[in-house]
Amino acid sequence: MTSANQNGTPAWQLVLAWGFVGVPLAWGVAQTIANAMKLFQ
Amino acid sequence: MTTMVQAQSSGGLFGFLDRSRTIAKPGFSRWMVPPAALCVHLCIGQAYAFSVFNLPMTKLIGITQSAPNDWNIPELGWIFSVGIFVLGFSAAIFGRWVEEGGPRRAMFTAALCWAGGFLISAIGVYVHNLWVIYFGYGLVGGCGLGIGYISPVSTLIKWFPDRPGMATGMAIMGFGGGAFIASPLSVWLMSRFSTATHVGVAETFIVMGVIYLVFMMVGAFLVRVPAPDWKPEGYTPPVVEQKLITRSDVYVYDALRTPQFWCIWIILCVNVTAGIGVIGQASAMSQEMFPGKVTAIAAAGFVGLMSLFNMAGRFFWASTSDYIGRKNTYFVFMVLGFFLYCAVPTTGSLGSVAAFVLCFLVIISMYGGGFATVPAYLRDMFGTRYVGAIHGLLITAWSMAGIFGPVLVNYIREYNITHGVPKAQAYNVTMYIMAGLFVIGFVANLLIRAVDKRFHMVPDREKALVTAAAAGRERTDRQAARREVR
Repeated sequence: MTSANQNGTPAWQLVLAWGFVGVPLAWGVAQTIANAMKLFQ
Repeated sequence: MTTMVQAQSSGGLFGFLDRSRTIAKPGFSRWMVPPAALCVHLCIGQAYAFSVFNLPMTKLIGITQSAPNDWNIPELGWIFSVGIFVLGFSAAIFGRWVEEGGPRRAMFTAALCWAGGFLISAIGVYVHNLWVIYFGYGLVGGCGLGIGYISPVSTLIKWFPDRPGMATGMAIMGFGGGAFIASPLSVWLMSRFSTATHVGVAETFIVMGVIYLVFMMVGAFLVRVPAPDWKPEGYTPPVVEQKLITRSDVYVYDALRTPQFWCIWIILCVNVTAGIGVIGQASAMSQEMFPGKVTAIAAAGFVGLMSLFNMAGRFFWASTSDYIGRKNTYFVFMVLGFFLYCAVPTTGSLGSVAAFVLCFLVIISMYGGGFATVPAYLRDMFGTRYVGAIHGLLITAWSMAGIFGPVLVNYIREYNITHGVPKAQAYNVTMYIMAGLFVIGFVANLLIRAVDKRFHMVPDREKALVTAAAAGRERTDRQAARREVR
């Protein structure tokens, strides 16, 4: 059996799920990059 | 254990955790599964940031400076060590239970253990008893670490048979990235809760425990397993059998009897030993090898940059392994690692900070890549059925490396300094030892061949036929024996 419709999950659910993990991760990465820039100062 | 899982599978209060209740309906997008895995790995990745609590926890009584009854850094260092040790062993012990019980049950349990560990530790801080924290964060939280770490691995591999390296790389990247969130969050929370008479560690533990519980539960409820005969749209398994990618499965404890398991164990142990040793000493090493050139602030920036490469390497190398193969990826790690470690002392003698930083950024990306690529390597060798459990057993290599790595770096440095070697050259011997470790890893990787067929599990249907045939033969024999007696 192959999935009848790979895009059956609504796009908003995918955006919500990825945003739920992506936003905190992006915030953490931004904080780390800001600290890492001190190496080049 | 199987009986226990079957008993639990009958429904009841926790019936919603059953594997059968997590089977995806047709049309479910497999791209919902990586965020579910990340929900768990981003939380347990906090372990890498535990050191932000060390200094505040040395001032719980003295507040502004350590009082005589306050804990010291070596005592506090054991919290992380116990946690990582328990991670390895809980992953090994509970691996089969995780595999058979399904990812939701495992993630749910991991969430309770991880959050529970924080709440118990908050009590430990409140009553100022370090043993309560060893028990809470180290033992209970460590079980959450181990179960959580392996929980989404086999599920992701089943959802992404076409890109197993990328799929597990995404989840394990989350473990590397968890510290990015936890570190600033912990510092911010402690600053909110601290007063003139109070450090605010206990409250921070409570808030973080609650946040992690919610976050991980979301992951547990999002996760789905594919239907047994599901495959991605348009995907056809390779017709030509690849020598190093099996289509059969190996039972979890049979994997221990194969040389392939122990070769991969050595490879992981070597790769982690080489990386973990320098992670802990990166700040001091950069300042001591380049006195006057690298300040403490710049060294902190270097450590931050290393964390980024550690995380990015997990995704990059694991995804690359889908194209060049797992064995070749580890060959790259071993060969490149060997030359880079040999080059580090030269960068010091040349006084080239840029070359030093570049060497370590590549090394640390391969350290992360080693972690992230190994589940796919195991899947290639032992099949998908027990890959999570076998991965759990393999994690013991991490526990061992967690002891070897720092010991190698710290003790050899101390030995050199006490024997009159200048600080700038105190790490040279260690670097050559690390390079030597990669030679061992190279040989172990070279020895890897496809797993012998005698270790392959008999497919269920075939097994049923064999059992039925054996039962039939037994019946005929008994009837013949009765006839002879008559």
